Amino acid sequence: MAVLVIADHDNTHVRETTHKTVTAALALSGDVDVLVAGKGCDAAAAEAAKIAGVRKVLQAESAELDEGMAEAYQALVTPLMASYDAVLTPATSQGKNISPRIAAALDVAQISEIIEVVDASTFVRPIYAGNALETVKSSEAKKVITVRTSLFKAAAAEGGAGQVEKIDAPAAPAHTRFVGQEVVKSDRPELAGAKIVVSGGRAMGSAEEFQRVIEPLADKLGAAVGASRAAVDAGYAPNDYQVGQTGKVVAPDLYIAIGISGAIQHLAGMKDSKVIVAINKDADAPIFQVADYGLVADYMAAVPALMDALAAVGK
Amino acid sequence: MKVLVPVKRVIDSNVKARVKSDHTGVDLANVKMSINPFCEIAVEEAVREKEKGVADEVVAVSIGPAQAQETIRNALAIGADRGVLVQTDADPEPLAVAKLLKAVIEEEKPDLVLMGKQAIDGDNNATGQMLAALLGWPQATFASKVEIEGGKAKVTREVDGGLQTLEVDLPAIVTADLRLNEPRYASLPNIMKAKKKPIDVKEAASLGVDIAPRLTVLKVTEPAKRQAGVKVESAAELVAKLKNEAGVI
Ligand SMILES: Cc1cc2nc3c(=O)[nH]c(=O)nc-3n(C[C@H](O)[C@H](O)[C@H](O)COP(=O)(O)OP(=O)(O)OC[C@H]3O[C@@H](n4cnc5c(N)ncnc54)[C@H](O)[C@@H]3O)c2cc1C
Ligand SMILES: Nc1ncnc2c1ncn2[C@@H]1O[C@H](COP(=O)(O)O)[C@@H](O)[C@H]1O
Repeated sequence: MAVLVIADHDNTHVRETTHKTVTAALALSGDVDVLVAGKGCDAAAAEAAKIAGVRKVLQAESAELDEGMAEAYQALVTPLMASYDAVLTPATSQGKNISPRIAAALDVAQISEIIEVVDASTFVRPIYAGNALETVKSSEAKKVITVRTSLFKAAAAEGGAGQVEKIDAPAAPAHTRFVGQEVVKSDRPELAGAKIVVSGGRAMGSAEEFQRVIEPLADKLGAAVGASRAAVDAGYAPNDYQVGQTGKVVAPDLYIAIGISGAIQHLAGMKDSKVIVAINKDADAPIFQVADYGLVADYMAAVPALMDALAAVGK
Repeated sequence: MKVLVPVKRVIDSNVKARVKSDHTGVDLANVKMSINPFCEIAVEEAVREKEKGVADEVVAVSIGPAQAQETIRNALAIGADRGVLVQTDADPEPLAVAKLLKAVIEEEKPDLVLMGKQAIDGDNNATGQMLAALLGWPQATFASKVEIEGGKAKVTREVDGGLQTLEVDLPAIVTADLRLNEPRYASLPNIMKAKKKPIDVKEAASLGVDIAPRLTVLKVTEPAKRQAGVKVESAAELVAKLKNEAGVI
């Protein structure tokens, strides 16, 4: 059995979601190849070839692959599947965009957002906002899987000695054109792989307040910044900060929720964090039911006090 | 322009799902069911296109049990013109739903299919992309803005790291994200009017599509429960606990 992993990368570096997906793939088979599709992605392909356990890397380049167009990925990956029994993609927005299209082209089910590989055909995946875990078995010849990476350990970045093989990119999709993109640049760690996440909710009241309160605390802790849907909807934080059932799922060592009530949909995105801290002025907020440490307080006083207390221990 | 909107009947988003004690699934007996929130957003968007004069007909399609007629009525009350129910008591997987939708689309020939990005029961986020592949149509998923002009749709998408804008030729599949719009509350007169709008009911079996499940559900279990921890009195106590007890800073 051979397995293909579709890498998540920025052409220069392979993101940790890829290393975690390799771990899931290795639970299916020892023969794991990685596809690095993008543009000017030699460095990322070389990095992928070094991941422990990777057999070889396939590299394909075109503008449309770089832009993440699903039609281009369907055209590239579907024929490759003649040589593979399974394809695993990290369940990022991009992975969710492309993977089902490949599954349908192969006329097989997609097994979405697995959190555990039981055996090469049996997987566990959360449903109903993570309030239930479904164990499913696939008897199909090809398996198309997206991986919720937060619960898998990353494969070592060094140790592999795979070759990089360049393959042809498909023709550009006829009916889709790239118009533009607005990427939020930040020096903070990426939400998906961060050890610490500081998230703000509706209580912030404005984008300025969100930046004034949440960001300095995150920077002090070397943390990524997250937000509730309410904070994103109101424009306090960019859309890709949303943690939850329909946003990003994270499981850092430490998750600090500030002014977030703890709706089912928010909990779905963070309840597997190792340690959860909640700061909320309402002692009955549901977030306290999952918090290891709860501070019932107005964030306006609590966050400055927390900054001082961290400074006092050398943070 | 004709817009088709697939709508799914799901557990209400305010209800916490409970696993059945025999581990065969989630208990939906006597649970409040609603239109999937992302489908509601898709219907709202389609109706806005109609109100702008861009669309001239909005058709809501649901695949599910007889009760899914209520879900279609929700869409009709927002402003969809008519409904199609593809009736089945099986709970088809996304690939089967996509195949059934493809059969309906071949009959209806819409210029645009606007659907939800995700159904909040199965959390698959797959049907729209699968349908696009089966039809060989372009797709623009996770839309937060849709502008239709001259046989094309310009779609702003919520992607990793920010926003991306694509232009797709129609016919196309667009899936709605949360920020696309805020669905209206249906007014009482519109709810009454919706009762008179037509719903065409067909048996799933009549569409000649193989909808047999591809995956076998071995069991459904409850995730490990998190225990509530302790309340701390001050920020200083919190930092001390994080440092000395939890060891995470
Ligand atoms: C289909 C669907 C998908 C969804 N997906 C997601 C998702 O992915 N992620 C997500 O987060 N949500 C999601 N939601 C929304 C979710 O249901 C909640 O509405 C949302 O999480 C609430 O955000 P919040 O906690 O910031 O706001 P609120 O619920 O309004 O809570 C604000 C909290 O701040 C506290 N507060 C107010 N002022 C202060 C102060 N001065 N100091 C301290 N505390 C204060 C209040 O006590 C309150 O608990 C989804 C909903 C639906 C229907
Ligand atoms: N049974 C169904 N009937 C109608 N539409 C559906 C059905 N299942 C899924 N869909 C559509 O596909 C979208 C994504 O669902 P899913 O892929 O299951 O997460 C939904 O928001 C609906 O628009």
